[in-house]
Amino acid sequence: MASGFLIRKNQYYDSVFLMGVNRRISEVKGVQQSAVLMGSQANKELLAAIGIRDAQIDAAQPNDLVVAIVAETPQIVEDVLGRLDEWLQPAVEGAPVSARRSLEDGLASKPNANLAVISVPGEYAAREARKALEAGLNVFLFSSNVPIEEELRLKELAARRGLIVMGPDCGTGLIGGVGLGFANAVRRGPIGVIGAAGTGLQEFTCQVHNAGYGISHAIGTGSRDLSDQIGGITALTALDALENDPQTRVIAIISKPPGTRTLERLIERFKGCRKPIIGCFLGVRGNLTDSATAFRPAPHIGGQASTIDEAVQLAIAAVGGEPAALPTLPSAEEQEWVVREKAGWAPGQRYLRGLFAGGTFCYQTQQILQDAGIPAHSNAPLVQARALAHPDQSREHTVVDMGDEYYTTGRPHPMIDGTLRRQRIVAESRDPQVAVLLLDFILGYGASMDPVGELYNAIVEAQQTARRRGGALTVVASICGTDGDPQDLALQTRLLKEAGAIVFPSSARAALFCCRLLRGD
Amino acid sequence: MDIKQEIEKANEEAARRMTIGEPVLVDIAPASEVIPGMEDRMITHAGPPIRWQDMCGAMQGALIGQVLYEGWARTPDEARVMLERGAIRLEPNHHHQAVGPMAGTISPSAPVWVVENKAFGPLTGISDNRAFCRQVEGNQQFGDYSEQALQGLRLWRDLWAPTLRKALRHIGGLNLKPIITQALQMGDELHNRHSASSSLFANAMAVAMVEADIPKAEMLPTLKYVTNHNLIFLGLAMACAKAIADPAMGIEYSTVVTAMCRNGTEFGIRVSGLGEEWFTAPAPVVDGLYLPGYSAADAGLDMGDSAITETVGWGAFTIGGAPGILSLVGGTPEEALAYSREMKKITVAAHPTYRMPALGFAGVPIGIDVRKVMQTGIAPIIDTAIAHREPGHPIIGAGLVRAPLECFKKALIAFGRKYNVG
Amino acid sequence: MLTPFVELLDSPIVAINLGLKMFAESLESQGVEVCQVDWVPPAGGDEELADLLDKLM
Repeated sequence: MASGFLIRKNQYYDSVFLMGVNRRISEVKGVQQSAVLMGSQANKELLAAIGIRDAQIDAAQPNDLVVAIVAETPQIVEDVLGRLDEWLQPAVEGAPVSARRSLEDGLASKPNANLAVISVPGEYAAREARKALEAGLNVFLFSSNVPIEEELRLKELAARRGLIVMGPDCGTGLIGGVGLGFANAVRRGPIGVIGAAGTGLQEFTCQVHNAGYGISHAIGTGSRDLSDQIGGITALTALDALENDPQTRVIAIISKPPGTRTLERLIERFKGCRKPIIGCFLGVRGNLTDSATAFRPAPHIGGQASTIDEAVQLAIAAVGGEPAALPTLPSAEEQEWVVREKAGWAPGQRYLRGLFAGGTFCYQTQQILQDAGIPAHSNAPLVQARALAHPDQSREHTVVDMGDEYYTTGRPHPMIDGTLRRQRIVAESRDPQVAVLLLDFILGYGASMDPVGELYNAIVEAQQTARRRGGALTVVASICGTDGDPQDLALQTRLLKEAGAIVFPSSARAALFCCRLLRGD
Repeated sequence: MDIKQEIEKANEEAARRMTIGEPVLVDIAPASEVIPGMEDRMITHAGPPIRWQDMCGAMQGALIGQVLYEGWARTPDEARVMLERGAIRLEPNHHHQAVGPMAGTISPSAPVWVVENKAFGPLTGISDNRAFCRQVEGNQQFGDYSEQALQGLRLWRDLWAPTLRKALRHIGGLNLKPIITQALQMGDELHNRHSASSSLFANAMAVAMVEADIPKAEMLPTLKYVTNHNLIFLGLAMACAKAIADPAMGIEYSTVVTAMCRNGTEFGIRVSGLGEEWFTAPAPVVDGLYLPGYSAADAGLDMGDSAITETVGWGAFTIGGAPGILSLVGGTPEEALAYSREMKKITVAAHPTYRMPALGFAGVPIGIDVRKVMQTGIAPIIDTAIAHREPGHPIIGAGLVRAPLECFKKALIAFGRKYNVG
Repeated sequence: MLTPFVELLDSPIVAINLGLKMFAESLESQGVEVCQVDWVPPAGGDEELADLLDKLM
């Protein structure tokens, strides 16, 4: 094995561009590890983690390009580094030199702008967001790793100016039918939704659309908004706006459990709200009983849901619709599938491995499994006691959030690039105790244009591996998407079935089906 | 007024001063006659201050040549020893209202262009209205001290400059602003392309020489020199730029750059609100094209006072208007236009008269703002000639280079300190 | 109260996109007026300097 690196001073590239470069390099035969990064502190730590350390790397600045390679032979290392300019060629030749490099440039060309969409690296994001707010712009802040003190300052500033900060770490939004970040093509309608979880909002809005209803606005708050440190500033701003929005007739809130004081504040606010509210606080269901009681005295509150699917149904009911009831008993067809799949398992096959692109799906799945008496380990566990020792090492029942920082620092999110999930599927199939593989697929703007296609071969290969051992691997999948999404929902569903997967239109239903497989009912 | 407003106001004033400049060629005279502080046994050079032992090969070669030209030493070795010993006083051109291309060396007997900025003078209370630049040639200023190289300097001193001086005196000075305005619209960028300006200048001087009754024996070789030298106007452009930029110096609170220059070892800038202090960083490598027989391995680092042209919005700042030298800088028309557009982002004004037809007659970007440079990370772009890393060679190539951001960073920190910010 | 956020919900979005180009492309494909900024770290990523810059401009 050999390794090497080179540094180019003051040569800045966008991280996504570099990811593309890294991907091309990683496909070179004989390359075992590659990293194409700007020399920020976080990236340098990443390099150290893959065993590449040098004083020159320590001295690299955030504007310096660092390229590091670990390969089978020194020749390959030299070859790849020597051809760096080729790798750095953009896909489109002669792409025009962009004229705009700063928010000020953007404002100069669009003085009537009303929204800033910010996805710069976290350490710079707060500064840009502050400048945007000071310029009177609402902010959609996709960037993560913004310190919570900064988040609070930004949100207080926004509140003083009647603006909103959706985020940080805000994956999705639908404002007046326009999808922000990762969002699906969803029709407009009377249901408003506020969400701290990106994929949770996508799932909610897709299901509303797929049930024939529509969304007025879906407003992301960022994952920490309902913590006591922030106190739900964004959620409350969103609530005020949706309450006064003539198109919105019901308001759903989807989040992990809020902080205690924030929950009290929210409930006070719910009581004074003129529109019905659906609360869906995922995760630790039992502990919310008291809060649920607190909901009840106010008759106008739509109710409390324990899954996104339930929240969708309550919301549809609240606008006078008739949702299909969530199946509590398995359909005859599902029952047949359970029998068929289990018949193929070899003795000793008994565990579930869930590999998720959507963090909310990972979380909700754990909750559903737990309710069914099936505790699962995770890198993003419901309770710390079931934390995986290492995200890469599954044990017993395991569900992995592959959108977690461990997998996404310096790498594209699994919603954009299936490489890591592909590798993990194959790795899990080598464990003879694994019986069920649970996957999620997320369509929509910003997501991979062919998420199923990217994993197709790996799914087929994993099943072959199990068969060669004399067993069978059951693949269960959910798709979050609509018929309007650019990926073609029908095609993606058909491909998944061709690959041998059992496909559900919601993550909760896929999880419930897994419970039946594992419990045998 | 808060500091931001103070800065905006000061920068407006800096830009105003830079845009109203009225450069006029008033004389061509030996340095000792006109340059303030020029003494015997003294040579001024390009770039920020530097000691002999820290100078690059080309700069040392040029100084050896200059000593030989003055006759202070008989051999290159003798000249080198004198310079090493400190027997020759060395100071930056910029400390004497002067500029010079590449090594930029000026010694007492060398005639210099004398340009006066008529927009300023005793009436405005700004007296820094004269600037000087040496002769532009392709050998000694690049570090070549051969007999042939020095011959060019002697002819300039003994024949060409005195002849031009007589003609110039006869017409009572030459207004350069119309030549610059026209040349910018004829495809010059006034740093590396001077075909139009040199030709316009030659026209003006030819008539002047005839009118002044210069004897044919002097007039003909001088006319040949002027008409065959397609970079002759560079020396004038540099003197003009210096005369235009100097009045913008020393405006309290202004973050506008008033000089950029390089000595082959360091790149330095001056900032209006920070007076005469230099902010330096190692001179960058030029990304260039090379004359046959030379390659990047031979190249010295960025050198010369000629970046004063970019300081006032010419050179690479207006390269979008000079498609003729795209091959020289190795770029496409789109790239060249993009450079000009990019420089707009780091400057405070567009010049009302100096315009670029290729950019819809937009005014050239003028007044580099240190803050904008650091904010955007866009370093000023410069098109420049390249000297050899060793003494004794003529020009070896030309290319593009970015000013090091480090200079601007240091200046900004000093600014924060001086005005108690941060 | 008609805050700028309430106005946003009821008017066409005009966006400035700082960073990932795909977000600008997706907005464009939805017919939204958007301006892509190919953002670079201010002050070359130097935080102290960036703070100073904020005070000066």
